[in-house]
Amino acid sequence: MRDLLAALAELRERLKEIPQADERRLPDLKTEILGRKAGALTRILARVPKLDPASRKEVGAAANALKREFEAALNARERELKHAATSVSSLDLTMPGRTSWRGGLHLVTQVVDEICEIFHELGFTRAVGPEIETERNNFFALNFPNDHPALDAQDSFYLDGDLLLRTHTSPVQIRTLERYRPPIRVVIPGLAYRRDPFDASHSPVFEQIEGLAVDEGITFVDFKATLAAFARRFFTPDTQVRFRPSYFPFTEPSAEMDVQCQICRGAGCPTCKQTGWMEILGSGMVHPAVLENTGVDSERYSGFAWGMGPARIAMSRHGIPDIRLLYESDVRFLAQFAEGAR
Amino acid sequence: MIVSRRWLEALLGRSIDPREAAECLTLHAAAVDAVVPLHQELGDVLVARVVEVRKHPDADRLSLCLVDPGGGAPPVEVVCGAPNVQTGKVYPYAPVGAVLPGGLKLERKKIRGVESNGMLLSAKELGLGADHSGILELDTAAPPGTRFIDAVGIADHQIVIDVPPNRPDLLCHKGVARELAAVLGGTVKLPPIPGAGGAAPAGGDAALGGRRRAPSARDGVAARAAEPGAAAGPSGRVISGVVDGVDVRLEDPEGAPRYMIAVIRGVRVGPSPQWLADRLTSIGQRPINNVVDATNYILFELNQPLHAFDLARLRGPAVIVRRARPGEKIVTLDSVIRTLTADMTAICDAERPTIVAGVMGSAESEVSTETKDVVLECAYFQPTRIRRTRRALGVSSESSYRFERGIDMLGMPDAVRRAVELIVAVAGGEQREPVLDLWPEPQQERTIFLRPDRVTRLLGTAIERSETEQLLSAVGFFAAPKEARLAVQVPGWRPDVTREVDLVEEVARLKGYDAFPDELRPYRPGTVPDAPEEQARARVRDRLVRAGFLEARTLSLGPPDGPETVAIRNPLSAEEAHLRRRLLPGLIRRVEFNWSNRNRDIRLFEVGTVFRVPGGERGAGSGSLPEEWTSVAGVLTGARRPPHWSEGAKVPDMDIWDLKYHFELAAAVAAPGSLVQPVTEGGGGWAAVQQDGEVVGWAGPLEADAPPWAAPLFGFEVRLSMIERSPVAYRALSVRPPVERDLALVLPPGVTAGQVSDVLRRAVGPLLERVQVFDEYRGPEIPPGHRSVAWHCTYRDPVRTLREADVVALEKRGLAALEDELGVRRREV
Repeated sequence: MRDLLAALAELRERLKEIPQADERRLPDLKTEILGRKAGALTRILARVPKLDPASRKEVGAAANALKREFEAALNARERELKHAATSVSSLDLTMPGRTSWRGGLHLVTQVVDEICEIFHELGFTRAVGPEIETERNNFFALNFPNDHPALDAQDSFYLDGDLLLRTHTSPVQIRTLERYRPPIRVVIPGLAYRRDPFDASHSPVFEQIEGLAVDEGITFVDFKATLAAFARRFFTPDTQVRFRPSYFPFTEPSAEMDVQCQICRGAGCPTCKQTGWMEILGSGMVHPAVLENTGVDSERYSGFAWGMGPARIAMSRHGIPDIRLLYESDVRFLAQFAEGAR
Repeated sequence: MIVSRRWLEALLGRSIDPREAAECLTLHAAAVDAVVPLHQELGDVLVARVVEVRKHPDADRLSLCLVDPGGGAPPVEVVCGAPNVQTGKVYPYAPVGAVLPGGLKLERKKIRGVESNGMLLSAKELGLGADHSGILELDTAAPPGTRFIDAVGIADHQIVIDVPPNRPDLLCHKGVARELAAVLGGTVKLPPIPGAGGAAPAGGDAALGGRRRAPSARDGVAARAAEPGAAAGPSGRVISGVVDGVDVRLEDPEGAPRYMIAVIRGVRVGPSPQWLADRLTSIGQRPINNVVDATNYILFELNQPLHAFDLARLRGPAVIVRRARPGEKIVTLDSVIRTLTADMTAICDAERPTIVAGVMGSAESEVSTETKDVVLECAYFQPTRIRRTRRALGVSSESSYRFERGIDMLGMPDAVRRAVELIVAVAGGEQREPVLDLWPEPQQERTIFLRPDRVTRLLGTAIERSETEQLLSAVGFFAAPKEARLAVQVPGWRPDVTREVDLVEEVARLKGYDAFPDELRPYRPGTVPDAPEEQARARVRDRLVRAGFLEARTLSLGPPDGPETVAIRNPLSAEEAHLRRRLLPGLIRRVEFNWSNRNRDIRLFEVGTVFRVPGGERGAGSGSLPEEWTSVAGVLTGARRPPHWSEGAKVPDMDIWDLKYHFELAAAVAAPGSLVQPVTEGGGGWAAVQQDGEVVGWAGPLEADAPPWAAPLFGFEVRLSMIERSPVAYRALSVRPPVERDLALVLPPGVTAGQVSDVLRRAVGPLLERVQVFDEYRGPEIPPGHRSVAWHCTYRDPVRTLREADVVALEKRGLAALEDELGVRRREV
């Protein structure tokens, strides 16, 4: 019995080997101690029944306790090794992650959404209208004089009769004024068409965002403030803005809004043709004739309107040299501007 | 419009900084596109005096000149080949090191053995003309060493103004100077004409920058209509007269409301004096001869187009202003035979048209070197008439450009008087009779009433009445108080100002838009609801982006696509002569473009407008209007997902089942409530069908011009519905456990999986929670033409736990129905 207890004590020392065993050594170690036939502890346990009852009890208890200890230690080590094999710290974390195809909105859509969102916060809802229009809505209700040089900049695609593809989104001003009563605050995204050949800086089909506010007591100050607020939100809060005279038949006074060139910050560069300014939108106070043409009392109501080209704004903001890139739809180009793209 | 800085300075009587002028015009009148310095390339050229001329020792035709270059430097030797070089005269001189126009840098070099220290220059070498017969002799008091461009006064700037169509007054130097004077201060005064005998400037419109007298219709108007021979028309309107033997008849007062003729006899046509030629070249105009240059000078000074023609070529001699006869022909100045119509006004002699009124004269009647007597026309032609004529003939001129925008009808007498004075000064001759002025319905300056409080109410800032008056009068309006309002007389050169609000704009722009605050003030919310169309477009875009598609934008113009395509009457090209009826053809072209750029994995979508004429193009004329709606389309080709190193290099390409998934996804958002069903026509695929049977979408494989390495291409298109999916009602989540059973069935030919699912659902009822295909098999164990399809079925009762026996009973019910209705049996293993 003494020799068995000594053997158990000696065997207990081997518990210390377990935490050091690697995944190759551990199964062998397990076999050496607990192997069904030749395991050291198994052999000791096999001798227990032959002992006298008093010794049997003492040795048996000690051997079984040690067996449990071995089993626990071996299991713990096994789990430890298994965990180590799958743990993050053991991996080459520079290997690429699993991906899925990443979609994205067109850059122009993103800019349109951004602009509409800013105006939404300034109290404007979105309005839309058809791309096929009448001459009346596209020109005459907007106070374009018949046979006037102002029509030269509006070279139109004609369909049958007096139908044409709208040359701007402005006919939606007419539709809105005829359908709703003031106060009106709308922003109008959409496509417009002009007979310009497709080249680096022109597209016969292009996006426009129109805006219209009509109510009692709207002034030139409201007009300037709203559009300047937009520019400072869209560009940067410290962006300089200037307004200068222009001509549109449907606004009076008419104005062009420039913002400080975003490339050179006003110092002058090739993008802004050394002027330090970028032309952003055409605008003005709604011409009373437009209100009168749509049955709105021009003595009681006044308003302002504007129009801008999101494609052109996108090009200048993102440094895109050729407008055709926007419509060619090369997936490499589109993916550059997809959300989350690098 | 190009204006010359020097020319403006002559009108303003002071020097101006071109940048400052440009800024002032941009902020108060019209945008300046560019400021171009002229002749800067001649900055190295000096004025030099030739002090001695000797013969070149080795060349007969060369001279050796001793030249005083000024600046106290000793004279230098210059070899010169010009025959006209003379001792004591002054010439342009380029010293060694000077850079000449064209970039040539002058070096010291030997010419026939003699060293030449620079070069004396001809007009051609200076880039100032074609004359290369000799060096340019200068008539200047400037001492040698003065910069050439300073001595001869050709240093100048062109200011390029983008004049809007409503501001014809800015199409001349006087008008631009008026704006500058109003903002920068000063007055505008026409400069005296050199050689006109020191006469006072023509016309009574000096000091235009300042406050004006109240004008009247007769004020400053030339003698008119009372001359001998003047005749009155039926309505008493003066429509004809005789001036210096020329019979003038105005038969088309609608086309030419005011028509003036002067006759100058005994001119000598030849080159213009230098000052006149310089004025025209400074704004990019080519000098022609003294008479034509004089009329062009007045055009660019006063915005009054004039036409000078040869009296000797006038049959009659008569000038008849009438509507052209249909088919009448005229050979215009540009040697083109043009056919006139009755919508045009023609200026004719006793026999035939000599001028297309306001647009272009004929080669025949033009002033030439033989011309002795000149007939000078000063007219106001009706703007829309000119515009239609110009467009119909496809020809335009500086004159037509101005007539189309409206010239100053009231300023004509002053303009013609100054023109006569100028022609006599530069070409000699004599005006023997006063100008004939045919003006059947004389007009006065327009009066507009302006309410000062309206100015404040529209501009949002209090503006004193006195400031309004002062701003308006600075650009030639005359404002007089009339009760609570201002009666404002509009000068003839401002045809754009027709109502009160136009005056409000004048006040705002002259004050300067930047002078108004831009503080956000409270506003009332609008009554217009946010457009459901935009919301629907945003929903479907968002869904497809999340599914990994990139948004494309293609042009809506293209080739015809079936009989219902909408045609454009005036297309840019045959390939872009129609409006798209569908988005898919355009997207296929974009896929091909991507393939040509070696892009293989492509998933594009577009949300855009499509058009059609119901019943086809032929029906279009008969009142069926084109329709338009928003369509959503997608195309997909290439790998199903990006490859990952852990799964091997090759990822399967997308197939018809990827298409079905994306089509169902798009249809669910774009056309809520629609069902996706298989179709056999059109090469097979699926259609999205609304409850009422309307087909609103299609999906299938696409034909394209594909390179061999490309994967198969698929696409779908759905008509976008504005209807939003109704709010989803909550269904209680069952806490009872589900029972899962697999069911392998043998389907005879012609039976579809869809039918099987339908029968199972109907026969088993709501306790069959889910039924899903997980396998399809054809093989020797299955009868020919048959296939085995395996379903994974989930049974669940929301209120109690299903037992094995319950499920067996349910399954049995389903199998009985399948056998009965479709001949489908369980597969025996």
